[in-house]
Amino acid sequence: MSVELVDYDEAVSRFDPVIGIEVHVELGTRTKMFDAAPQTFGAEPNTAVTPVSLGLPGALPVVNGTAVEYAIRIGLALNCRIAETCRFARKNYFYPDVPKNFQTSQYDEPIAFDGWIDVELEDGTVFRVDIERAHMEEDAGKNTHVGGSTGRIQGADHSLVDYNRAGIPLVEIVTRPITGAGERAPEVARAYVQTLRDIFRALEVSEARMERGNVRADVNVSLRPTPESPLGTRTETKNVNSFRSVERAVRYEIGRQAAVLDEGRAVTQETRHWHEDTGITTAGRIKSDAEDYRYFPEPDLVPVAPSREWVEAIRAALPELPAERRRRLQGEWGYSDPEMRDVINAGAVELIESTVAAGSSPAAARKWWMGELARTAKTQDVELAELAITPVQIGQLQQLVDAGRINDKLARQVLEGVLAGEGDPEQVVVARGLEVVSDDGPLLEAIDAALAAQPDIAEKIRSGNLGPVGAIIGSVMKATRGQADAGRVRELVLERVQG
Amino acid sequence: MSSLSRDEVARVAGLARIDLSPEEVDRLVGELQVIVDSVARVSEVATPDVPATSHPLPMTNVFRDDVPEQPLSQADALAGAPATEDGKFLVPQILGEE
Repeated sequence: MSVELVDYDEAVSRFDPVIGIEVHVELGTRTKMFDAAPQTFGAEPNTAVTPVSLGLPGALPVVNGTAVEYAIRIGLALNCRIAETCRFARKNYFYPDVPKNFQTSQYDEPIAFDGWIDVELEDGTVFRVDIERAHMEEDAGKNTHVGGSTGRIQGADHSLVDYNRAGIPLVEIVTRPITGAGERAPEVARAYVQTLRDIFRALEVSEARMERGNVRADVNVSLRPTPESPLGTRTETKNVNSFRSVERAVRYEIGRQAAVLDEGRAVTQETRHWHEDTGITTAGRIKSDAEDYRYFPEPDLVPVAPSREWVEAIRAALPELPAERRRRLQGEWGYSDPEMRDVINAGAVELIESTVAAGSSPAAARKWWMGELARTAKTQDVELAELAITPVQIGQLQQLVDAGRINDKLARQVLEGVLAGEGDPEQVVVARGLEVVSDDGPLLEAIDAALAAQPDIAEKIRSGNLGPVGAIIGSVMKATRGQADAGRVRELVLERVQG
Repeated sequence: MSSLSRDEVARVAGLARIDLSPEEVDRLVGELQVIVDSVARVSEVATPDVPATSHPLPMTNVFRDDVPEQPLSQADALAGAPATEDGKFLVPQILGEE
């Protein structure tokens, strides 16, 4: 079904978008949330399950203490208050990937609530997002639809279920309605999810790999005529699993809802599905009222009451968070704001940090990664980190430059060699014979040859016109295949001619 | 004091996938009404300084160490399944989505 969208700029000029985002993160614990089945990715189906993950009669869940600690870490990093006491609840619904016919979650008593996080957009604008809550729950199994033409649910004959993922600990983070972003709402949504991903990694609570579904976002979008109007009816687009898709899905919904409202119709409160391939959302089920889930306290699990001492110990042990770390590194490296922003947007912070640790100056590290290497990555259509060169090798390369053993021009050839798999910079220098000629002998030979070949230039220099010295230097560099130190050549030329 | 309707009982039964005959709905309206009334009486007695009890056990923080144990074998995991395919549970066509 194709829908006539209102042009994006047009839509945001006449409507004020409000978004809300729910992010689920799978915690990287060794075992599941409520049982000791190992967490595995890509294992044979139904080989990482216990009676608890299968919801067999009589099986009793026990809370994974490490998962609770991770949830508290996340709550603290998001500036939340941590509940003095909280409990689990059963969210009842029937779906084959939920073997117990309920998901063990938290409802009225989340472990963390009332937080905020600052999100930095690509141009450096900082936008504060308020966090309503972060609660603990468990993941569902995985359905595969069989039959039908597309592997989708429509037209399928039957479905197959693998419960390996069922019971993996999740933390769900829910924002308050994000208002005031206006036309930048899609960007804010993307930056928010990206910020959370970076925080999960820094906290070491999850590998946070989007492509594996470790982090999944549901995006709520509604429109209202003006920022003063009451909130409009929202839709919730489920399982948007890349940063780019988060931005696109919000953008799409703004255009679609504007079209619906323009026709004088009402937006239907519903769940929508995101289609990565076509970049559109389609209607799913009508959103259930919360009461349909018939939440009630989980009788098999006693409350979680983290002592204040424990919470403070976790707070004290929190690692440096990405935003702080970026500020510290910018100070240490002496980069300007735009320089640092470019480095962040290129995903080069870690690379430069490691390069500096390997002996390069921050300025040189930035020059390599944001210059020559950025161009190479663009040509190869890969991320910087995927290039066949390591920060340590860049550090070694720069040390060769600093020691005067190679010049910038040679360094680029060495880089080329390393990227081509010819080994470390030192090996490439030796194998390709790229070292700067520091012995004056061969240089003088080349200079004499150049002067003899261009007598008119030699005469000019002799008569005190230093302008054409460059031409002689050029010839010498060419003769030595770039391996001469241009400064030294200049000195020698002048000595030769005038001396 | 709130009173239950037949519709409410039928709706909740539907949510819980319990197939009730009209006679059973009638009987349950009466039985559930007794429970609702009893809870309402308790609520009248309870003052705001009495915290609600969700768990009768005076325990909190019962945690397990994050140490994996031997999971079930695939054969054992699937042993109770009415139907399987490729090591997975085979379930009937899922309706109601999309």
